[in-house]
Amino acid sequence: VDARFWLIQAFNGISYGALLFLVGSGLSLIFGVMRIVNLSHGSYFLLGGYVALSVIWSTGSWLLSIPVAAITVAIIGLLMERIFLRPLGGEPLRQVLLTVGFAFLFQQAALDIWSGNPFDINPPAVLTQSIVVGGLHLPLYRIFMIAVAVFIGLALWLIMEKTRLGATVRATVDDAQMARGVGIDTSRIAMLIFSLGAFLAALGGVIGGAFLGVYPGLDFEMLPIAFAVVIIGGMGSLGGAAIGALLVGLADNFGKALFPEISYFTLYAPMALILAVKPTGLFGRE
Amino acid sequence: MSMASARTKVLIVVVALAAVALIVPHTGSFVILLATRALAFSILVMSLDLLLGFTGLASLGQAAYLGVGAYLTAILAARYHIGLGYDFWLVVVLGMLGAALLAALFGLLAVRASGVYFLMITLALGQCVWGLAYRWNSLTGGDNGINIEHRPQFGVNLADPVTFFYVVFGFFIVALAILYTLVRSPFGRSLAGIRERELRMKILGYNTWLHKYLAFIIAGAFGGLSGVLWAHTAGIVSPENVVLTTSVDALLMAVLGGPGTLIGGAIGAGVVLFIREYLSTLVHWWQYVLGGVYVLVILYLPDGLMSIPQRIRQWRTARTKSPDTPKMAAAA
Repeated sequence: VDARFWLIQAFNGISYGALLFLVGSGLSLIFGVMRIVNLSHGSYFLLGGYVALSVIWSTGSWLLSIPVAAITVAIIGLLMERIFLRPLGGEPLRQVLLTVGFAFLFQQAALDIWSGNPFDINPPAVLTQSIVVGGLHLPLYRIFMIAVAVFIGLALWLIMEKTRLGATVRATVDDAQMARGVGIDTSRIAMLIFSLGAFLAALGGVIGGAFLGVYPGLDFEMLPIAFAVVIIGGMGSLGGAAIGALLVGLADNFGKALFPEISYFTLYAPMALILAVKPTGLFGRE
Repeated sequence: MSMASARTKVLIVVVALAAVALIVPHTGSFVILLATRALAFSILVMSLDLLLGFTGLASLGQAAYLGVGAYLTAILAARYHIGLGYDFWLVVVLGMLGAALLAALFGLLAVRASGVYFLMITLALGQCVWGLAYRWNSLTGGDNGINIEHRPQFGVNLADPVTFFYVVFGFFIVALAILYTLVRSPFGRSLAGIRERELRMKILGYNTWLHKYLAFIIAGAFGGLSGVLWAHTAGIVSPENVVLTTSVDALLMAVLGGPGTLIGGAIGAGVVLFIREYLSTLVHWWQYVLGGVYVLVILYLPDGLMSIPQRIRQWRTARTKSPDTPKMAAAA
């Protein structure tokens, strides 16, 4: 019985970590390229869930809701970066404050459009079953979440490491000034990465909507957890985001199961300590 | 800024505050409550402004100190019946001390960082406090929070809204006066120096870490005071008071009013609470007004609503001279 508890909790932690990777990787890339913390990232997550709900209500297709929600929110992110963040280039604090302002605006807009009621995104019946592996009942949906995260992670890794575009992004993360010097259009890179981050967060929102739900306030609940992922993993590093997501997913699950009274404390206290000792995160580049 | 214009500004603020003290009690109970809440929360916003506007540190975890003051007040009142009589003053002192102690601990981690990193550390630390408030049921009552049955009574009865308004107003004035004296003292000037160029201050021999650390602790103490008053204003203390959005609120109010002005924080708090509590009863699209005001101020008025008169003067002189754009006081 004891081993089963640990295995189930570990599985839940890993699948939650898969979801966190989707949210955290975008946040991490945005920080790496633009040197700002995007405080509307939680809003993108929530908006993803809401847009998906609207698509499901009008077309009945869950599968269609995933790309539509992700692309819609990516466009919102792109517009926000182009119209509002870009003119404040070089003033990170004002950019960050602006993302807070937008987080607020999105929160209110979501309340206005989708009401304050909590919703659930229901995946197709196929995914709601569970399979039995070695006597453990594993929900198929959580396996699907892990599969999506692995797929996205691999795709991102291939783009970053094997393509010319990826090389220019890495160059911008390492030294934006030098990258501009050798003719890389860092403004275009920032635009791409910002909307990619919004895309990934919204994707997480749709996929997470099935087991977290979609409700007002989810945005500011998700934001600090995404931060924990990025900070533990290191900002601007994709591999770091993966490790951070796994650690936070596991810490969150075991924390809630083992020490419920201080479970959030066990998540955020290490985050603060890591930040204080190594501001760029465990695997971040200087 | 010349001495004369500084004196004029102080005079304007004094007259405006006197007007608030005279007019508000004669309005309806709703406005009195709104003004009381705005004043209590303003102390938190001013404490944040000490960090943001005068030291250049944007904290995203200031609600933690409000939380310490508020939870201390609620726990002492609900469990031990302390703080409901003359010992209210003891709770005020304890709330400030408790919050200052927490700030002294958190400051050790946070003050080393600057800019965006400072923002993230304070966010993480604020979340620690929120996590405890939310989950530590046996101490904090968890999600339900703790109710305070009635307000203190010591010669005067704070249950009376007007009396309570005057008490909170008094605390606000004292906090404003202390913080104003502080930022104009040599210590405050050094903080401004650190904000403008920390390296230069270091080279000049200032212990910049200690200056920032002390500012952090003082800000924490005033956050605690704000919490004690907030607990009695609301009558209930819950994780809502320490959640990230409360810290975000405080930061946005400081930015809205004008960082580095102290009184701007009170204006920001007043405007936000007015839109949120009053305009919301009139129109359903009030949320967009609030969000729009935030975004427009950050984009076009980096020095906040307090800079509007200066902007108008600049606009007038722009015909003769080419305008120079003011730098944001809190630029990291």
